[in-house]
Amino acid sequence: MITKRIIPCLDVKDGRVVKGTNFVNLRDAGDPIEIAKLYNTKGADELVFLDITASHENRDTIVDVVERTSREVFMPLTVGGGIRTIDDFKKILRAGADKVSVNSAAVKNKYLISEAADKFGSQCVVLAIDAKRRGDGGFSVYINGGRIDTGIDVIEWACEAEELGAGEILLTSMDTDGTKSGFDIEITSKVASLLNIPVIASGGGGSKEHFKDIFTKSEASAALAATLFHYRELEIPDLKEYLRQENINVRI
Amino acid sequence: MKTIGIIDYGMGNLHSVLNACKFLGINAFCSGDADKLSEADGLILPGVGAFPDAMTCLESTGLDLFIKEYVKEKPLLGICLGMQLLFDSSSEVRECKGLGLIPGKVIKLTACEKSREYKIPHMGWNSLEILNPDSPIMKGQSDVPFVYFVHSFKALPDSRDDIIAVSDYGEEVCAAVGRGNVFGTQFHPEKSEKTGLRMISAFAEII
Repeated sequence: MITKRIIPCLDVKDGRVVKGTNFVNLRDAGDPIEIAKLYNTKGADELVFLDITASHENRDTIVDVVERTSREVFMPLTVGGGIRTIDDFKKILRAGADKVSVNSAAVKNKYLISEAADKFGSQCVVLAIDAKRRGDGGFSVYINGGRIDTGIDVIEWACEAEELGAGEILLTSMDTDGTKSGFDIEITSKVASLLNIPVIASGGGGSKEHFKDIFTKSEASAALAATLFHYRELEIPDLKEYLRQENINVRI
Repeated sequence: MKTIGIIDYGMGNLHSVLNACKFLGINAFCSGDADKLSEADGLILPGVGAFPDAMTCLESTGLDLFIKEYVKEKPLLGICLGMQLLFDSSSEVRECKGLGLIPGKVIKLTACEKSREYKIPHMGWNSLEILNPDSPIMKGQSDVPFVYFVHSFKALPDSRDDIIAVSDYGEEVCAAVGRGNVFGTQFHPEKSEKTGLRMISAFAEII
């Protein structure tokens, strides 16, 4: 019985956990290792560290965070944010991460996906896509933290990434992100129904029902949320118990 | 104190396995040197990546022959690709010979061809059906433990007797195997929290 994954995301800046809403208004909320351990005991299925460290000289703080976390937490760990090169992949994987997610750098150089997949295996290459609705009903890929519209179609990009060797897609809807009004079922279901690789839905989760909706109305394999879990608006054990009662397979 | 040697042959993340051993208070080291590994009381063969690459790495260093000799006397646990390598052959990328320690072959997962529900890779937490609860590596496990999988190929042992546990992913997936001194898990015990750590402890107990 394969289970749907519930994934808390920790935004990490200079080695500390923060979380912004719509990519601004950061609030400091603690030590990543302590929080990772806490999520572990609560039954999170994976953890994502999103490194939002801006300054170049502090870039290696995330490597240290991953190293320390992987000594104490024995669950899958994904790291994203600012990954540009194969060497970045190597550093993060060596530190103990299981997967690395790439976003802007892969849009600028799509062969980063295929090179990383060849070198480290598809299973550790996650393509993160920030998607936003266009006027014509389609969805565009945004990069640089949602600041630049690339004009690339989300569905085409997701399919191409699968062919290049991505092992998973982390799909964030910029339209729903930070709103707590529910995951973006439309784009998630479009992408997940076309791809053979797993899709993680992200952005907009605000209640237990939203998780049920995304799992029943799309083929998402996992759902990710940050502030919702971070500020304990929804506790993972309660969420999982609810999903179980709704006949959605979860690990309890 | 007994020691586990983690085989470093250039494939994948050894540190997670090493970290798990350290966390459990088990003496462990990583090495690609057969002389050093031969001193260990038990070996773990980890691995992520493609089967042919892994076999090439093992053969070019002579570790394949070393492993075959080692398991005549002492136990070995293969993890993920490390489990698949224990079999006779795999069809990943191209037909390729394995270590031949457990009769059987490795083939691509097929359920994805029947239903979109089954993505490839099989990635995530799946429950185990334990067929051989008496296996030493299953010591102390609950009836339906959950473990973390990431793989696109699966092992097909010739003999059902070699299967310790299976999982359902729209098809039967061989999740854990054991034959004499040789054990293997398709899932990642080092990423499967308490359930997985318990298995690593159980393996450490039999070395």
